[in-house]
Amino acid sequence: MVQAKDKKTTKNIINKIGLPTLIIGTFWIILLIMGGALGISIKTLVSDTIKRAGMNGILVLAMVPSIQSGTGPNFALPVGIVCGLFAIVWSIEFGFTGWSWLFVAIILAIIFAVIVGYFYGRLLNAVKGSEMTIATYTGFSIVAFMCLPWLMIPFKSTNMGWFMGTGLRETIQLDAIGGQHILSKFLSFSLFGEDGLITIGGESGIIIPTGMLLIFFLCCFIVWVYFRSKSGIAISAGGSNPMFAQSSGINIDRCRIKANILSTVMGAIGIIVYSQGYGYTQLYTAPLMMAFPAVAAVLIGGATASRARVSHVIIGVIIYQGLFTTALPVANQMFEGTDLSEILRMVIQNGIILYALTQVKGGDK
Amino acid sequence: MNNINTSERLKTTKASTWLADNIVTLIFVAFTLFGFFVSDGVTVNFFLTELSSRFFRNAFLVLSLIIPVVAGLGLNFGIVVGAMAGQIAIAIVRFFELGGVSGLLLTMFLALPIAGLFGYFTGNLYNKTRGQEMIASLIVGFFANGIYQFLFLVVVGVIIKVPANHPMIKPDGVGVRMSVDLVSYEDGGLKYALDKIWEIPFMWAILILFAFILLLQVWKILRNKKNPVLYRYNKTTTLLYIILSVVMIGISIYAISTNSTLMMVRKVPVITSILIAALCLFNELILKTKLGQDFRSVGQSQHIAEVSGINVDQTRIIATIMSTIFASWGQIMYLQNMGTLNTYGAHTQIGMFSVAALLVGGASTQKAGVKHAIIGTLLFNSMFIMSPEIGLSLFGNALLGEYFRTFMVYGVIGLALGLHVWRTNKSNEITLD
Repeated sequence: MVQAKDKKTTKNIINKIGLPTLIIGTFWIILLIMGGALGISIKTLVSDTIKRAGMNGILVLAMVPSIQSGTGPNFALPVGIVCGLFAIVWSIEFGFTGWSWLFVAIILAIIFAVIVGYFYGRLLNAVKGSEMTIATYTGFSIVAFMCLPWLMIPFKSTNMGWFMGTGLRETIQLDAIGGQHILSKFLSFSLFGEDGLITIGGESGIIIPTGMLLIFFLCCFIVWVYFRSKSGIAISAGGSNPMFAQSSGINIDRCRIKANILSTVMGAIGIIVYSQGYGYTQLYTAPLMMAFPAVAAVLIGGATASRARVSHVIIGVIIYQGLFTTALPVANQMFEGTDLSEILRMVIQNGIILYALTQVKGGDK
Repeated sequence: MNNINTSERLKTTKASTWLADNIVTLIFVAFTLFGFFVSDGVTVNFFLTELSSRFFRNAFLVLSLIIPVVAGLGLNFGIVVGAMAGQIAIAIVRFFELGGVSGLLLTMFLALPIAGLFGYFTGNLYNKTRGQEMIASLIVGFFANGIYQFLFLVVVGVIIKVPANHPMIKPDGVGVRMSVDLVSYEDGGLKYALDKIWEIPFMWAILILFAFILLLQVWKILRNKKNPVLYRYNKTTTLLYIILSVVMIGISIYAISTNSTLMMVRKVPVITSILIAALCLFNELILKTKLGQDFRSVGQSQHIAEVSGINVDQTRIIATIMSTIFASWGQIMYLQNMGTLNTYGAHTQIGMFSVAALLVGGASTQKAGVKHAIIGTLLFNSMFIMSPEIGLSLFGNALLGEYFRTFMVYGVIGLALGLHVWRTNKSNEITLD
């Protein structure tokens, strides 16, 4: 009797956390233990995990509005990313540096993303039923298309052009304009460093990039609050049961457009935060495949192709980034000279997306 | 689901529907002509040489996409998995240093079970992701690429012990090199093993092709004379075909007799052409069999097919297996022409390029035929040849043309898919009203 009850509770726990989250989470913890046993510094691993989770967090957050509105994971994340990159480039071109560069870039990014997101939402409304495929190719096309402006627009700033000829460089170093780690360094401190438990601005131990985490949690909070407002609840309702929502007087098409504008804006802000954390802005074909890790991360966090919460984003991005920051040194130690962690990333990232697709209800039959 | 003529449903004029149906094709025709117009660096000879070699390289792969479309699976980006099967077979044959025609046959024979197995798995996956097959097929390509890299980078060397001094293996004895030379045909390798069996001059090939088309049209007319009810034909298209054939035959005879510069165009591989023609014929003939009819009914409505006693899941799996096997052979034909196996890159773009080519030919996710594949391959590759030239002559930058080319590939897939879904949704709304 007791045993049966126990079984039920374990099942409940598994159901609550979600099987993929549990499996991949366990895998990460095993890798961490292996890493510790192999003599890799756990502090560095944790520090890198936090850094990379902060960099990618907002990009993953962009999945929530689009999934909730019923258009599926935003495979067209590059649309938002390109808006963000465009904003970064113009902000540099206008000669801003440091904090003013960051604020101008974010404001420009929001403006671009709202406009582009509106049209992207309109497009998705026209192609109901095949949103995911069309979104993927919209993302690919826009990245490929933007290669032309990067090369053709006559930017003047010497910080981002080639030394000869026209066009922008493939990677723009942000330290020249004081944008490198600007958020990451803000109020940053380290835990368990050489100089004691907490060191402000410390460089050893577990480094906490406070500014970057603050903006990530701020965005999370905004999305969380928004999906508790009237407009946000309407979006969720339209996503989970379109017929019912329609009959209760919700304009579904409008909701879907709103959600995708929000998603595009998150993508645009996300790439700015990513770039400052990375120290470089990558143009041309760099954003082509960026949607897939973000989709995989939110799915690992426990979301499905039709339901996602902010908590899924936070859990997912930590597990996903943690897994691959840990896998790289561990795999390198165990199998020298092979690129095992990259292979692992490909298999897990795409495997989880495929798994989520098999759970989608729909189709002809 | 929606195979009724769209113009009937939309109640629009025929001309506008025709335009919407063929917009992608028209864009490409215009682009290629524009390319000839602005760039002076491209001679007809260069263009035809490039086009013919690219056509014979890619046509088989594009043709392998047709059966899944008929069976309602949409565009199978998963032919990447088939290409991987082909490359595994090539790697095995190359490792044992086999080659020549027999080596090539062995490669194709080896690829058959591997591709069949892969096709079976992907087919099952498509059955589980019903309604989202296209995105699933794209992702399964990425997923399989991970496993493929694991096989070629880690399993070869760590689990399967191989001699480190083999020219295919990396110097440290683990993993296959980035690019593997397939050794030319004369030295007993796979390079040109199929193409070099028998080659004829380009203009002779044109002459034979159009003579064949002319005979076909004459046969159609004669057949119609015998039994006008059973064998119908469209008078205008037949007339157009006859005029075209006569003109082309005239040009080729003139070129052959005067030995003009057109005779300098690269020779045409006969066996490759025969194989491509055989696959065209196969794609047409299979629709006349029981299996082909099953494909069609499943493609039109899975529900109705199920009710009429067709095993829908099995039919879809068979369609995927066929497509995967043809793709693996297509990749082998592609690589024997390239001459080097780009181990980790050769397969990645195959899915996108082939799908884009098919769509350029006027196909959609629910309708595709041999005609679309052939026209599409020709037009798509013309665009590929012309893009850098246009970039160079208009903006003085060939790189721009290459970026534009990439944009066209993705853009064309997005545009064709988007337009199709949009029109289907629109016509469904009208039916509902």
